Amino acid sequence: MRGVDVRYFLKRLGMFVFVVFVATSVNFFIPRMAPGNPIGAITSRMAQASAGIENGEAMFEAYRERFGLNKPLYVQYFTYLRNTLRLDLGYSLSAYPAGVWEIIRPSIAWTLGLVTISVIITFVLGVIAGALLAWKHTPALVKMFIPVTMIFAALPYYLLALLLLFALAYTSKIFPMSGAYDSRMTPGFTLVFWRDVAYHAVLPALSIILSSLGFWALNMRGLMVNTIGEDYMLLAEAKGLKKARILWWYAVRNAIPSQLTQLAITLGHVVSGAILVEIIFAYPGLGYMLYMAITNSDYTVIQGITFILSVSVGLAVLIVDLLYPRLDPRVNYVTENSG
Amino acid sequence: MRTATIPKVTRQRTGFSPWNAVRSSFNFLRGNWLFTLGLSLLLALFLFGAIGSMMVDPDRSEMGAVPLNLPPSWDNPLGTEGFGRDLYTLMVLGIPNTFKIGLLAGGVGVLIGVVIGLMAGYYRGFADVAFSSLADVMLVIPALAILITVSAYVRSMTVELMALIVGLLAWPLPARVVRAQTLSLRERLFVQVARLSGQSDLEILFVQILPNLLSYLAAAFVGSVSSGILAAVGLEVLGLGPQLVPTVGRTLYQAFSRSAMGRGMWWWWGPPVVILAIIFAGLFLMSISLDKYANPRLKGAERG
Repeated sequence: MRGVDVRYFLKRLGMFVFVVFVATSVNFFIPRMAPGNPIGAITSRMAQASAGIENGEAMFEAYRERFGLNKPLYVQYFTYLRNTLRLDLGYSLSAYPAGVWEIIRPSIAWTLGLVTISVIITFVLGVIAGALLAWKHTPALVKMFIPVTMIFAALPYYLLALLLLFALAYTSKIFPMSGAYDSRMTPGFTLVFWRDVAYHAVLPALSIILSSLGFWALNMRGLMVNTIGEDYMLLAEAKGLKKARILWWYAVRNAIPSQLTQLAITLGHVVSGAILVEIIFAYPGLGYMLYMAITNSDYTVIQGITFILSVSVGLAVLIVDLLYPRLDPRVNYVTENSG
Repeated sequence: MRTATIPKVTRQRTGFSPWNAVRSSFNFLRGNWLFTLGLSLLLALFLFGAIGSMMVDPDRSEMGAVPLNLPPSWDNPLGTEGFGRDLYTLMVLGIPNTFKIGLLAGGVGVLIGVVIGLMAGYYRGFADVAFSSLADVMLVIPALAILITVSAYVRSMTVELMALIVGLLAWPLPARVVRAQTLSLRERLFVQVARLSGQSDLEILFVQILPNLLSYLAAAFVGSVSSGILAAVGLEVLGLGPQLVPTVGRTLYQAFSRSAMGRGMWWWWGPPVVILAIIFAGLFLMSISLDKYANPRLKGAERG
């Protein structure tokens, strides 16, 4: 068993490394393939910005050295790979001489928090809803109520965000319209602050949760229908186990691993949607930073954020994939091909 | 004693006659109400946009054509926005663009996905490993992030270019499923018989295997169009969409960057939201009803 696990682990790790590699390469080649020599534009903007700063010229020269801009392309490529892996993402163009990583770093926590919490809540609710939908002993009332939430599944996150913003923030003023916390507050590890953070996070999280829930519930229901038809479920009922125990401990538990792989596949999509939600709510995460960078044509920051986002999702997928064999001992490495 | 009456059976011709296609499509629509409803919604909206575009004066969608920031009135059925454009004209001209992008992007995505999936699943080997790994990576990396990176460098974005870019990122999902299906289909008897009787590989792929995937392809196309419009409007809302033609998403972008909601100008951000909601609702209904074709593995799992 141990030997088999290592292959699976290596394969998954290899996938993560490949993700990082592709993300970095995309960031390297796209600017160079675009018409109009954006790299030249980037460097000249930096040169101009550094003219107004003390030691600006020295900084600019150091930057050229670090990224090997005066060397041939393949040298630049490897230098870029090496620098990116060390999180040396260059300087921001609009906030020169602030480094890209310096600017991005605070936002990561916000996005991470929002997406993680939303995904966890959606997953848990989706599992429960799907299980209840598939089980024959659920009261009909509950079964009718759940599909109502699926109406929201049609809308992309940002549409739902706009509607929620209008209905719950602008008109009825129940929730705040923007930000992660009240601007009059000082951030700190106090209960008051965290309550404010939670209060501000409700609408963004709700946009993601309500919109994803329908898909998850439906998916879970499909998996449950499969699972309930299995022989061991019949045995469990014949043994006289309590109905609730059969549902949760047997059926749900066996359906969850497949649901988890689905989660890994759709995580990229969730993050894409979360970007737009952050923008609508001016939530100071990576999405909002990305929007600001686009507005300012701050290419280096755009690339930096893209890299961080890709790596984060890749890491999350890796974690889920590594957890998978623990949840489903039947899986070794066989199910790779069927996806 | 009653003799059994043989019911009069209309002889149906088999084969790809056009009349047959029309009749089976009609039956399909009749049997799947959700699908028909979704399709009708989309058609209605599209016709509204297409016919409206011919009746409306495009000059009213230029900046400064009409007085700014007026609420809806008889002259301006949906009001005007902060740049002096008539919103009704903007919407009517923008709707066909959205459909165009969706159909193009969806088509490109499915086309590339099918070709890659067929090749990878049939020929296996190194190309298969390479493309599968690439597809897996592309599914992990948030598509919007890549789209943004690419679009930020494009000097002037057109509808066609955006559809192409979006479509190029949509192939991994259809490719995966087509590959899995091809993998199992190529072991089937009829493929082996075809191979023995000397049919070329390409013929086998397109004449034997592909027709078995048609139902999946239809569902995949709807899904692809849906995610294509999703991504395209997402880009437009970020301001990275086509700049020279009116689009629904760009109106939303401008409404948002001018704080239309905070200024109480519901007629600026409202109509784009409603239009987008209708589009997505229609696509959703269609893909829900096609779900059993979209997930070929789940066939036979309905018993419980």
